[in-house]
Amino acid sequence: MTNHAASLVRVTAFLVALVLFTTPIFSQDWIRTGTGLGVERVRLAAPDFKAASSDSRTGELLKVFNDTLWSDLDNAGIFDMVSKSFYPLAVPGNPQEMKLDAWSNPPPNASMVAFGNLGVAGDSVSVQGWLFDVKNPASPQVLGKQYREAATPQNARLIAHRFANEIIFRLGGGIAGITESKIYFISSRTGNKEVWEMDYDGANQRRVTNLRSIALSPRISPDGTRLAFTSYARGNADLVLYSLELDRLLTFPRFGGTNASPAWSPDGSRLAFSSSRNGDPEIYLVDVLGTNLKRLTAYQGPDVSPGWNPKTGAQLAFVSGRTGLPQIYIMDADGANLQRLTDGGYAVSPSWSPNGQFLVFSWMRSYGPGAPGAQDIYIMDIASRQWVQLTHDGGRNDSPSWSPDGRHVVFQSNRSGSDQIWTMLADGTRQRQLTNSGRNTQPNWSFK
Amino acid sequence: MKHRINWITLIAVLATVMLVGVGGCKKKPTAPPPPPPPPPPAPTASITANPNSIERGQSTTLSWRTENATEITIDGIGNVEASGSRSVTPTESTTYRLLAKGAGGQQEATARVTVTEAPPPPAATQATDEELFAQNVKDAFFDFDSYALRPDADQALRANVQFLSQHPNMRFTLEGHCDERGSTEYNLALGDNRANAAKQLLVQLGISADRIRTISYGKEKPFCTESNEQCWQQNRRAHFVFQR
Repeated sequence: MTNHAASLVRVTAFLVALVLFTTPIFSQDWIRTGTGLGVERVRLAAPDFKAASSDSRTGELLKVFNDTLWSDLDNAGIFDMVSKSFYPLAVPGNPQEMKLDAWSNPPPNASMVAFGNLGVAGDSVSVQGWLFDVKNPASPQVLGKQYREAATPQNARLIAHRFANEIIFRLGGGIAGITESKIYFISSRTGNKEVWEMDYDGANQRRVTNLRSIALSPRISPDGTRLAFTSYARGNADLVLYSLELDRLLTFPRFGGTNASPAWSPDGSRLAFSSSRNGDPEIYLVDVLGTNLKRLTAYQGPDVSPGWNPKTGAQLAFVSGRTGLPQIYIMDADGANLQRLTDGGYAVSPSWSPNGQFLVFSWMRSYGPGAPGAQDIYIMDIASRQWVQLTHDGGRNDSPSWSPDGRHVVFQSNRSGSDQIWTMLADGTRQRQLTNSGRNTQPNWSFK
Repeated sequence: MKHRINWITLIAVLATVMLVGVGGCKKKPTAPPPPPPPPPPAPTASITANPNSIERGQSTTLSWRTENATEITIDGIGNVEASGSRSVTPTESTTYRLLAKGAGGQQEATARVTVTEAPPPPAATQATDEELFAQNVKDAFFDFDSYALRPDADQALRANVQFLSQHPNMRFTLEGHCDERGSTEYNLALGDNRANAAKQLLVQLGISADRIRTISYGKEKPFCTESNEQCWQQNRRAHFVFQR
């Protein structure tokens, strides 16, 4: 094996370990041993919940619930889901019906089983859910939860998301699940580029803005109440703030020039963005009231697309064309300690992982006349500068954004024929298209 | 004078012959066979006409660029340099075909100039400022990922300055545009640099900065939506828009 290939394998193992597991001892061991074995995923069975009522709405809500729960657990990236064809014929709806041996032995050979029941009574739907460690007969129950909401399909989805989050939190190293997170993006499906919102799995797509102009680069605030983006609604590329609670634009000063690519500081107090107010696009900081504007860069040429280190709030990654083709740089939040991370090609759109250790970005490794390289998503370990390519399936892949659990990345790709939003696990597996209608670009995952 | 030239030529020829002779006498060590040379790069070619639609009697500017080509021709013009621009006055609609031949093959590109009949002179009314502006002011075009003013862009802008200084009341917007490649955000910044590069030259040549507004559209408002170099070249520009 060549050195390069060996180091790639090592980095891959390292990334997989770090991304999917938080225990530092575990990942250290991984690098040292370099066995190349994948992190063992918990083997989880999730039989359909049973109906606990004969109300006519039960069937519909049960289907929504079961589909959502399975999809959430399957998407989590930390489970080896036991295929339903291996399940015993008698499926438990409560702990009394649970036969541990039937699940812990082959064919299911499960470690954990999530099960329960759903009933409709009057106007409300109630769900009882359990998680059992079937290989621990002395004390099998890991979780026992009850939920009650108004009986709507939306709420059946919501309850499934919440129960899935509990399981993911418990079995996934204490990292909160992302099933209630949102993705904001730009869609042209009404004829204008507006800001849209959807659930993390692509459900419930809805238009947020109605400015009938061009909206670009939506970024949701850490508390989830405001969006910052670029809008041409007033005839100039302005930075604007939009309140999701008031459903309107907030007062914010206009700086002049082209104002692009806002990024929220992790404490929500400041925005980094690119402005050409003085004739050249530079990175600026401004607080959320629009005051205390401060310039961080001073090089001729494009400086754009800042992204904060969400762990420390003390560093920014950004894109600069100061040496020609755009490259990724990092600097301290006061502009000091500038470092270039990419060694060539055309590198844009950095997004910093929640744990502060990685960047994902879009890269054309070899670009120039006669070498129209593919534009793919890459992940880089910032400390070692080692990188791994995550997309390989052609098309232009751009605008990656991390999920709050650090296990997923959302991005845009035109591989299916037009620009659409896709997600994948942060190791590049399980790539999935979330949008289909119109052109959809520049996704941004909420902070929680 | 003629004699002297002949002498110089003769000496030069003799010197060359001697050098070659000396070189030939040297015993060459037998070198290992050289590695096969890399395949020569394929030539590239692009050509645009600005404007690409004129009235009979008007002229338009052809701008072309090639790379890795040794023989470059344009139909109707003949052999031309690797990159350049030229004013032409076709009397009817013409497709100019640029052919670049090189060791790595050949590449062609075309630009179509549509020639229309001049409209009858307006009945005793003068052209509006907006019409004059549209007829006389030309856009500046750029290379990929660049906001540097090429010779053809520089030429177009200088011609614009002549017109604009004769019409000091006209105000206008310079829009920066980019081709579809690369990120939305990076292209917004690049388009801004393009608009400002054009503005800076105008200001340097005496046009008041108050008359010029700049805006970048990045790749949001393309002039042409195909994915080829000819189309991309159309989209990489600083575009002049008359401000009413």
